Amino acid sequence: MSAVIQNLVNQPYKHGFVTDIESDVVPKGLSEDVIRLISAKKGEPEWLLEFRLKAYRHWLTMTEPTWPNVKYPKIDFQGISYFSAPKPKKLASMDEVDPELLRTFEKLGVPMNERAALAGVAVDVIFDSVSVATTYKKKLAEVGVIFCSFSEAVKDHPELVQKYLGSVVPAGDNFYAALNSAVFTDGSFCFIPKGVRCPMELSTYFRINTQESGQFERTLIVAEDNAYVSYLEGCTAPKFDTNQLHAAVVELVTLDNAEIKYSTVQNWYAGDENGKGGIYNFVTKRGLCKGVNSKISWTQVETGSAITWKYPSCILQGDNSSGEFYSVALTNHHQQADTGTKMVHIGRNTRSKIISKGISAGFSNNSYRGLVKIGARAAGARNFSQCDSMLIGDKCGANTFPYIQVANSTAKVEHEASTSKIGEDQLFYFASRGIANEEAVSMIINGFVQDVFVHLPMEFAVEATKLLGLKLEGSVG
Amino acid sequence: MIRDNAPELLEVRNLAAKIGERAILKGINLRVKAGEVHAIMGPNGSGKSTFAKVLAGHPSYEVTGGDVLFEARNLLELSPEERARAGVFLGFQYPMEVPGVSNSAFLRLIYNTVQGARGREELDPLEFDDYVREKMKLLEMDPAFLERSLNAGFSGGEKKRNEILQMALLEPKLAILDETDSGLDIDALRVVANGINKLHSADDGIVLVTHYQRLLNYIEPDYVHVMEGGRIIKTGDKSLALELESRGYDWVAKEAA
Repeated sequence: MSAVIQNLVNQPYKHGFVTDIESDVVPKGLSEDVIRLISAKKGEPEWLLEFRLKAYRHWLTMTEPTWPNVKYPKIDFQGISYFSAPKPKKLASMDEVDPELLRTFEKLGVPMNERAALAGVAVDVIFDSVSVATTYKKKLAEVGVIFCSFSEAVKDHPELVQKYLGSVVPAGDNFYAALNSAVFTDGSFCFIPKGVRCPMELSTYFRINTQESGQFERTLIVAEDNAYVSYLEGCTAPKFDTNQLHAAVVELVTLDNAEIKYSTVQNWYAGDENGKGGIYNFVTKRGLCKGVNSKISWTQVETGSAITWKYPSCILQGDNSSGEFYSVALTNHHQQADTGTKMVHIGRNTRSKIISKGISAGFSNNSYRGLVKIGARAAGARNFSQCDSMLIGDKCGANTFPYIQVANSTAKVEHEASTSKIGEDQLFYFASRGIANEEAVSMIINGFVQDVFVHLPMEFAVEATKLLGLKLEGSVG
Repeated sequence: MIRDNAPELLEVRNLAAKIGERAILKGINLRVKAGEVHAIMGPNGSGKSTFAKVLAGHPSYEVTGGDVLFEARNLLELSPEERARAGVFLGFQYPMEVPGVSNSAFLRLIYNTVQGARGREELDPLEFDDYVREKMKLLEMDPAFLERSLNAGFSGGEKKRNEILQMALLEPKLAILDETDSGLDIDALRVVANGINKLHSADDGIVLVTHYQRLLNYIEPDYVHVMEGGRIIKTGDKSLALELESRGYDWVAKEAA
């Protein structure tokens, strides 16, 4: 490998600071007592505690999945603290938020206050496990949109939470979803009532601050008939030598003619260049297109985490419903990603589209894993999948694992895949036209991810483009 | 055209280069003056393409001896991009495919980068669009090429036209064209060769690296060099190319030995 390629991805992690705020941490370990303690601390109703305990008991019977194409030492689930909240945590308005915390968010570039107003973004900030502040709640309330922390939703809208919680990702769905269901501490809740087009993009920023704490947030978004919402999620975490577990669950539900657009820019700490530390990002995201003509669109830009294991999926139950998955996953150094989607076609004339772009650099390993399943009743279903991989240098790996199951002969399924690389010859081609390596890489990468980035909201696209540049800076040059 | 008083563009003195531990160029001497067309011919593996890449600064090759002067500057001290900006152009035998990068964006970037480096005016997208369309006429290229991804899915002939289009935009002092004729059918060969002829003037020099004589039916060389074993072993005029066509390369090697 030439010196030319070696350094492109070696930008130090910029969000690696630790905020010095006293936290209320539950002692390490997991048991029914810990779950009761978490539930009691949060003043939860009985049914939710039952939901947790049921999930926990189921989890005890499960084993960690071993099929992902990733390698890591066994996680000690008793070595994790399952609850961590900034203290004090009574926060009614932005003025009450710890200034230290606000500075943290400033460093993170989270748009809040005036910046949020200008940008038209309402932000629900999850710091470790408790939602600290929700902006714009009032303005949203005027049109009937509920956007609040999960804990508040449990208090203020228990009937909605109870109706939809676990309706897309059942408590025992998989090992990490079961764990999350047992111990989730907070998250975001969003409800768009019938006929309402959410007047602004909703945004949540997640950050893991405490060493050896897990983050288990839960997001639930429901769009009733003819409703629409665009939801943005950003994630960062400080640098620690130890690995931290992030096992979130996101559930989306769309009723007739409703649409949810869910965008993620994930930049959890990825570990150092030797693969020490970093977040294990084991996340279950799933959307249920319950109503006819409804639509769920996932767009994700995954650049962080030591290990990423996630498959934002769509269950296309309503006739004529459609699901989309647009993904850019970048891995560098010793990062590992096994990510993709599941499109499950149940209703008639359901459509799905998958565009996946994997970028591997350094010693990293990047796998696309996707399932397209056409049920017997899904007459006229259509799927198009495109999975492209790009290799930077020659020490990294890219894999594609497409699974296609078709039980209806009128369905149409297309799959395209390609692999390209940025090596010496590609860079030399640009150089021989006067273009220096850094600019060449940026142009090639931006071209590569373009089909996905056009689906990001404008602001996010700008941020994501910068992020890719930062993550790859110095890996060639 | 050969002119005694033409300024010297390129002087290669005893150039040697290796890739890994394998020596490929073993003492090349070549002088190119403004206005001249040089053809470098020779069998496979003789070092022709390596010579072209070394002149353009390919990082895989290590220069182990000799000098290269370009307009009296030490070319070997310049990075590949600096060479390009200074006026050296390499037309690739196998141009890179870059999916997702639009041809027009790429062409405008290279044009403006080189213009900027030469202290000349850069063009905005609209101005550039007019400009590049004029240049495309020279190569009988469909403007639809601008919308496609750089070389992605282009046929061999389309790629070569796109190479010469880049040459037209960058207006090099020295164009080194590596097997530009390979992969071209006879019509495409004529179009590409005519394009090169129109771009050529008394101010620039062209080095054609080729296997076959047929390109030289369209672009008339002032000198024909035969390369073998990493050296130029014979130099003649265009009649040498015809002789090689009929007799092959072996006799030259024997004569030189």
